[in-house]
Amino acid sequence: MIEIENVRKSFSSLEVLKGINLTVDKGEVVTIIGGSGSGKSTLLTCINGLEPIDSGRIRIDGTDVHAKGTDLNKLRRKVGIVFQQWNAFPHLTVLENVMLAPRKVLGLAKDKAEEIAVKQLTHVGLAEKLKVYPNRMSGGQQQRMAIARALAMSPEYMLFDEVTSALDPMLVGEVLDTLKMLAEEGMTMICVTHEMAFARDVSDRVAFFHQGVMAEIGTPDQIFAMPQNAETQKFLASVR
Amino acid sequence: MFNTALTWNDLAFLAQGAGMTLAVTAVAVTAGTLLGILFGVIRFQLGPYWAAPLTLLLDVFRSVPLLIQLVLGSAFQSIVKLGWGAFTTSGVVLSLYTAAFCAEIVRGGISSVPVTTRRAARSLGMTWWQDMRYIVAPLATRVSLPSWIGLTLGVMKDSALVLWLGLVELLRASQILVTRLQEPLFILLICGAIYFLLSFPVARFGGYLEKRWSPND
Repeated sequence: MIEIENVRKSFSSLEVLKGINLTVDKGEVVTIIGGSGSGKSTLLTCINGLEPIDSGRIRIDGTDVHAKGTDLNKLRRKVGIVFQQWNAFPHLTVLENVMLAPRKVLGLAKDKAEEIAVKQLTHVGLAEKLKVYPNRMSGGQQQRMAIARALAMSPEYMLFDEVTSALDPMLVGEVLDTLKMLAEEGMTMICVTHEMAFARDVSDRVAFFHQGVMAEIGTPDQIFAMPQNAETQKFLASVR
Repeated sequence: MFNTALTWNDLAFLAQGAGMTLAVTAVAVTAGTLLGILFGVIRFQLGPYWAAPLTLLLDVFRSVPLLIQLVLGSAFQSIVKLGWGAFTTSGVVLSLYTAAFCAEIVRGGISSVPVTTRRAARSLGMTWWQDMRYIVAPLATRVSLPSWIGLTLGVMKDSALVLWLGLVELLRASQILVTRLQEPLFILLICGAIYFLLSFPVARFGGYLEKRWSPND
């Protein structure tokens, strides 16, 4: 369970998160929508401790992410994150990209790590690309590799930060299909996205962020069919 | 073609000098690179403000002519009574000189690794050290290699200045022969050819590595 309590965060004088409260249960898929600068991506990087927070608290299965004694490297094994920019390790093959963390972080033997990597890469449809270097693949393929790389750590939670925003429109579908597949498999996910159809399809709940505040949260039907908040209505009208 | 008094013994003498050049260069480049990596990482980690004293010190070694550094270094070690020989003194001064340049190369290499790539590594649970070792080091090495090869070749030639501390390296050996045989052009031609033979493999090895790594970028 991810518990976010009254989280505030500023970059110098700009307050990007103004007291966010959100609880995500095991197995739940929550998507976060909203305009740029609404703080949604920042929240994700705070959840796995890549960014510090100013006040409030984020707990993952009871562990306070930003407490002094927390071993973030250990915590991050159970919280995978995939970014807008897929951030392939360019000097490693696709297989090596996925094997690296299981070997070095989990300390698995080479053949065991390889077995996991092959399984995850097959899962996201890249079984043919094992020996290829990332720069020889399309953005969509590299993004799916990044997803496999995160999944190879057997995370209990996955965070997706606008994973299709930097892709050519024709490549968006393959990545969204991968996310859908994960959602159907029961992965606990928080997805920041601009893909409204996707949000409506896969989410248990949809949250709308506006200027650092979670303006509204509800089931996809509530948010997309009968939004209560004026800003939500405005935003949805603009993206339709 | 040449009517020369140069004997095989003289050539062996030149070869010995070349051996000294190689030894001084090997010490300076090895120690200088290790120190340079250390200083470069410290400079990068501390940022411009906190690393300012180190940066200033390295700037001194980068800007004062090497000859002056060698003479001052030699005088310093005798004043403090370190009891170093000419080879040790030369090695220490050249290493610091090399380290000062290498630190900049390393810092530039580390800066060239995108923050987002490092973030991805850390988000997989890698420690700072693992990120440095498996992501930053290989990527930064690729970027830094051409400058580092240039530095190595430069140091090999600059190492001729240690003759001022009394070491008989390649250039000094040539000078001695020139004084004795009075055939400056011919002997310096040989001397230059030997420098080339020493440098060429290093340059080609750099080229080979660059080529080997480039298809992955």
